[in-house]
Amino acid sequence: MNVLIPSPLHSYTERAKVQADGTTLAALLADLDRRYPGIRFRMVDEQDRIRRHMRVFVNGDQVFELSRTLDPADEVVIVQALTGG
Amino acid sequence: MKTLLMVGTRKGAWLFHGDASRNSWRLDGPHFLGHIFNHIVLDPRDRRTLLAAAKTGHLGPTIFRSTDRGKMWKEAAQPPAFAKAADGKGRAVDHTFWLTPGHASQSGVWFAGTSPQGLFRSEDGGSSWSPFSAINDDPQYREWMGTVQDGTPDGPKLHSIIVDPRDPAHMYFAMSGGGVHESLDGGQTFKPLVKGLEVVEGFDRANVTFHDPHCIRICPSNPDRLYQQNHCGIYRLDRPSNEWVRIGKAMPKRVGDVGFPMVVHPRDADTAWVMPMDGGTVWPRTSPDGKPAVYRTKDGGKSWERLDSGMPEKHAWWTIKRQAMCADSGKPVGLYFGTTSGELWMSGDEGRKWKCIARHLPEIYAVEATELA
Repeated sequence: MNVLIPSPLHSYTERAKVQADGTTLAALLADLDRRYPGIRFRMVDEQDRIRRHMRVFVNGDQVFELSRTLDPADEVVIVQALTGG
Repeated sequence: MKTLLMVGTRKGAWLFHGDASRNSWRLDGPHFLGHIFNHIVLDPRDRRTLLAAAKTGHLGPTIFRSTDRGKMWKEAAQPPAFAKAADGKGRAVDHTFWLTPGHASQSGVWFAGTSPQGLFRSEDGGSSWSPFSAINDDPQYREWMGTVQDGTPDGPKLHSIIVDPRDPAHMYFAMSGGGVHESLDGGQTFKPLVKGLEVVEGFDRANVTFHDPHCIRICPSNPDRLYQQNHCGIYRLDRPSNEWVRIGKAMPKRVGDVGFPMVVHPRDADTAWVMPMDGGTVWPRTSPDGKPAVYRTKDGGKSWERLDSGMPEKHAWWTIKRQAMCADSGKPVGLYFGTTSGELWMSGDEGRKWKCIARHLPEIYAVEATELA
């Protein structure tokens, strides 16, 4: 499925739009990490919590759980909520 | 010999290459502009491998690794991370704060201290890291670490990881807060080492939680001697004694003996340097009276002398973080510090005269110096 990557993570993907697979958000992030090693830990901590300033949207709706199921036609947008200076 | 300075800032990493006289410096950077670097350290065993503890304000923490002194970088395969808790409520590393190469005989071994407080070890040159469960998950140690509320504003730190150059099984580390700890079995078990240290008035010094070591250094020329800059004074410990002695009482009363960094001489265990800061009222932690100065002892802390030649005489409200002051091993010793206002200062004569070698950098968190052939 299509995944939109925020600019702070382009050092891993080298582009904004990438393809990745998974029947859940957890599986999708695992696939992203296989394709772009290291990218998952920058977004999700070791307790499987989405990091504080990372936001994930599926078809426009914000998702909070890694167990959220995904369909191959879904569009996933990962956003970094930039704050501070 | 040429000197390499590794400067970690709130907005990236810089390397400064000095000539043999340490008079001219070539700037290399920024590396990873926008990343927060708490520590950058060169492996003294190969003098080529750099490890850098990094994160951004929004992305998770990682370790960058270079095997050619910063020309090319590669991210660690498995950065320091706590063990996953079954209930999902376990701790998560916010940032790696401190890096220490392992013993000279243990190629590839590194140690890392994190915030929240955790101790980690790598055996592959810093690419993959494993937690020390005897510290990170031990109920007693977790109690001594306190909560996030007990730590520094940007999180409690595990720091000052020291490996005895004579014995890889003999280690120390410190926690702010949570005291000083020693291991005699290579890190399988640790015990507190806080006797003689003072705590904030009104608290019980017998409670390890209340101890706030800021920086500990072992003397390369006499590893039985350690110096410590603490929240509550400057101390010396001469092993096998287990009792720290407050040598900061010999500092001028108007300056006090509060600070962050502690620097020791590479060849003379009686000589050490500190950078006092204002620990009065609400703890501004700036230069006392806006008049920065390094203080040096040459007699193990019996007396101190002020070294401020070349520094601003007034209106300089500097703060020097605990990793942001260091010495090289030159003859005479070169000293270096970086300010939170982004200035990098050095002395080529063991502190007698100082000069600013870079300014307008981001807030400096760490300065390390090493000699290259």
